[in-house]
This record gives sequence, C-alpha cells and structure tokens, in this order.
Amino acid sequence: MQLQRSKWKAFSEGLIEWTIRVSGISAVVFVFAIFIFVFWEGKGLLFSDDFSISELLTSEKWDPTHTPPSYGAARIILGTFSVALVAMIITVPFSLGGAVFISEFCGPRLKEILKVVIELLAAIPSVVWGFIGLKITSVYMKELGADAGVSLLNGAIILALMSMPIIVSISEDALNAVPDSYREAAIGLGVTKWQMVYRVLLPGAKNGLLAAVLLGMGRVVGETMAVLMATGNADNNPFSSDAPFLDLLVSVKTMTATIAKEMGDTVNGGDHYQVLFLLGVLLFSITFIVNLTAHLVIHGVKRK
Amino acid sequence: MVAGTPKLNVDSLRAWYGSEEVIHGISFDVRENEIFGIIGPAQSGKTTLLKIMNRTLEFTSGSRMGGLVEMDGEDIYHIKDVYGYRRRVGMVAPLPVGLPLSIYDNVAFAPRSFGMKDGEELDGLVQKCLEQAALWDEVKDRLDSLGTKLSGGQQQRLTIARALSHQPEVLCLDEFSIAIDPVTTMKIEDVLKDLRKEMTIILVTNLVQQARRLADRTMFMLNGEVVEIGDTEPMFSGNAKQPKTNAFVSGDFG
Repeated sequence: MQLQRSKWKAFSEGLIEWTIRVSGISAVVFVFAIFIFVFWEGKGLLFSDDFSISELLTSEKWDPTHTPPSYGAARIILGTFSVALVAMIITVPFSLGGAVFISEFCGPRLKEILKVVIELLAAIPSVVWGFIGLKITSVYMKELGADAGVSLLNGAIILALMSMPIIVSISEDALNAVPDSYREAAIGLGVTKWQMVYRVLLPGAKNGLLAAVLLGMGRVVGETMAVLMATGNADNNPFSSDAPFLDLLVSVKTMTATIAKEMGDTVNGGDHYQVLFLLGVLLFSITFIVNLTAHLVIHGVKRK
Repeated sequence: MVAGTPKLNVDSLRAWYGSEEVIHGISFDVRENEIFGIIGPAQSGKTTLLKIMNRTLEFTSGSRMGGLVEMDGEDIYHIKDVYGYRRRVGMVAPLPVGLPLSIYDNVAFAPRSFGMKDGEELDGLVQKCLEQAALWDEVKDRLDSLGTKLSGGQQQRLTIARALSHQPEVLCLDEFSIAIDPVTTMKIEDVLKDLRKEMTIILVTNLVQQARRLADRTMFMLNGEVVEIGDTEPMFSGNAKQPKTNAFVSGDFG
C-alpha cells in the first residue's frame, strides 16, 4: 500500500486550495474596486470649489440642469430612507410570520406548495412589480387620498412584496437549522408550540433571521425600476415637524431611481454626471454602515 | 422493595413508525416513588416507550400508537390538557440539550411559560432545581452565561434541572449518561436516589450495572417486547426467570 501522496495529487490539492483562497479574497477586492470606481467617477466634483458636501446632504433643492445648478439631495435621501423604512415595517412581521408558519405550523404538502410559490414570487422581474405598482396598487392609493396614486406608501408596498420572498426563504432556512432536539426539549417541558417558537426557536435562529432581514433590506434600498415606477419620482420631503410626521401618500424620489433616470441625460464626465456618482457613493456608504452595524450587533450578542 | 401504588399503568401498548411495528403489545406498571429501570439492546423500543409516556411521540411524523397508558388511573391519550400532562412528566434526553438561553433562563423556561413571574419565587425555584441536579455550586456565579457553553456533563445536569423545574411527578431519563464522564454519572446517580423520595423515576439505560445500582425493579425489553419484569437484584444476580435476561445482563449479547 502506498501511504505517500503522489506529487500530482499534492499539486492538484494545492491548486484547489489556492483557487478557493483567491475566490474568497476576490469578494473583498470586488467590493473595494466598485467603491473606488464609483468614487473616482465623482471625485472631480467632490473636490471642486463650486460644490459643497454639506449642500448635497442638507439642501432640499435638486436642480442639476439649471444654471447655476443646485445639488441638494436631502429630499432624495429622505425619500430613500422613508420608502425603505415603511417597506421594512410592512415586510418584516409578515415575512417572519410566514417563515414561522412554513417551518413550524403547516403540513408537509402545504409547505412544499408555499415554498415553490414563494420562490416563484422571487423570480418576478422588478419591472413587472413596477407595473403592478403603477397600475394596480396605485388605484387604491388614490382612494386613500394620494393625488396621483403613485406615492411613498405605494412604493413601500411593492418593495415589501419584493423583499418578502428573500426574507421568508432565508428565515425559513435559519429556523430549519435550529436542531430538532431544541423543539423536542421545549415541547417535552409542557410548553405550547407558540411558546416554543418565541422562547426557543426565535432566539436560537436570531443570527440567521437578522441576516435575512438585512438581505431583504439590501433589496429594498437597492431596488430601482419598481420603486421608480411606483413612487412617482417627485422630489418631495415626506417628513414634517407636525404629526403624523410622515406623509405616506406623497410622491417621493429615491437615490437609485434618480441615478437611473438622470444618468442618460448627463454629459459624460460633467458635473451632473459626477454628482450622480456621488449619490452612488452615498448609497453605498449607507448600506455599508447598515450592514456593519448589524454585524456588530450580532457579534455583540455572540460575545455575551 | 418498594410496594407502592401504581403510578403508571401500561396495557397492550403497541407503536408503529409508518407500517413498521416497533412495540408489540406490552403491559407493565410503574409504582409510585420507585426507580423503574428499562434495559435492552438498541432497537428494542425503549426510547419510543418514553416518548409515549410524555406524549411527544406524536411529533414524529408517521408514528401511531395503540393500547392504553394510564397515569393515576387516567388515560393519558384522552386527557384534555396535554400541555398540563407533559408538565407532570419530566424528560431527559440521551444527549444534553442546552437550549440557546442563559443557564438561569434554561431552568426558568418552563415555570415562566406557565405564568410564573420573575422574582424571588422563581429565583428560589431555579436555585433549588440546580441544587437538586448537583450543578448549583459550579454555575451560581455565572447564571447569565449561555447554557450551551457548559461542558457536556454540566449541560446534562442542566437538562435534569430543567426537567425538575416544572416539578414533575414522573421523571424519565433516556440513557442520560452516555455523553458524560463516570464521576458526573455517579453524582447524578446520587441525585436520582434522593429524588426518588419526591417522584417516580423511569430510567432507560444501556448500562446494566447502572440499572442494578439504581433501579428497584427492572424491565428487560427486546425487539419491542417485554422479556421479563422483576425485582432488580435477583435479575442481576443470575436468578432471572428467562435465559435471555441472564444472557443479556451477563453480557453475552446486546
């Protein structure tokens, strides 16, 4: 019997190890490369005298084609933030509830059907969702009092529906990953199934559930076409200092939609072009901070 | 020998997984405040029997049972409050299961679920259960740390403390010592001897000597049938009625 590895085997194992290593590192490289590219395209304007970062963040006047142009993205940032917030408020309870139902409460046949249907839901192109927002849900928004129908709430509902399949499938996986012995132990203690779910399963799966919500949030913040069609893309500030502080029926503009819609009208390398890239940098930074915060939260919990 | 009144009465009990019958009509009774040992090789239906006792078999898909199981004269399969029934039967699984909660919360889990509020009473109960499970001294300074971070033997004692937390009338232990060291095993065995004063204990074990040390009466199961039930000592000193029992306890097979 030959106990030593052949040279060829050692070489191929080494090769595989390096391929895997490079694939792993490449993710990091890509993230940095994308950031640098987006930043590079916008840096000219960022460092020019005509532009101030505080104006971009705080001014409500977005008029990049006027002379002189105004680059105040506050309303766009608030629009992005408000749509994402409302969408998450709608989708998280429904999605987590759906995942718990599929994983713990429904029969095996219904489970299979629901899983397939939810996967189908994930396969619907965003432009189709945009149509639904534009033509179907907007009608109900009009009844609620939105002038044009397309509005913040309309966009948030569409985004909630779009992110739901992601959150449901990943949460369901996270719940499935909780060992059955936990379920048996809890049930054996004489608690009800519902008590078992919220006292044992949800704490046991919390990291996975948080990851699911974050991925859903990524979809919500990053979505472009559907949100452009469903929110109406008018730069209003939905927040106000009077109650209820947030007008759900006003049309808003998001960063992604602004970039997508205006990029085609810009002169390559011009100021407008560059400011759109700066919006991209801002969007990237926001999602990065959200993910990092969540990551720290998970690790904070783990350390305990 | 203990000659208490019957706590549990099992009559013509059968159980199936799908079409496969794993328990073939067995009958026995367990008396109040005794340690009732169940021995037998793998696949003899011991674990299934325990799951029937605390009504958790119904969570295994495709399982069915027939026959009668009574506790204190009441048919447990026609009991209205099944959650209330499960509280009367504590269960300790072969591998320790620390729920992903703190040590304190593991033990407080069941009482809280039944409505006990945080406070002195709960603190007292948690301490009592951890003391009964011989774990208190080792964890009293870190009740807030995760139960899953304990060592295997400590987790198993935590499982026992948890099973005691709902103050059961019957405690079922399913091969509790397979994942823990001999010293801890002896500690838990001492605990069980004490607990017998307060409750009835059903001890499923693969270690025949453990049954000999602890059980008042022992049942030998083989392939889903009862070979013999009797007082422990004669059974283990070569005076079993059935040749198969003698062969099993002396290590000839199993």
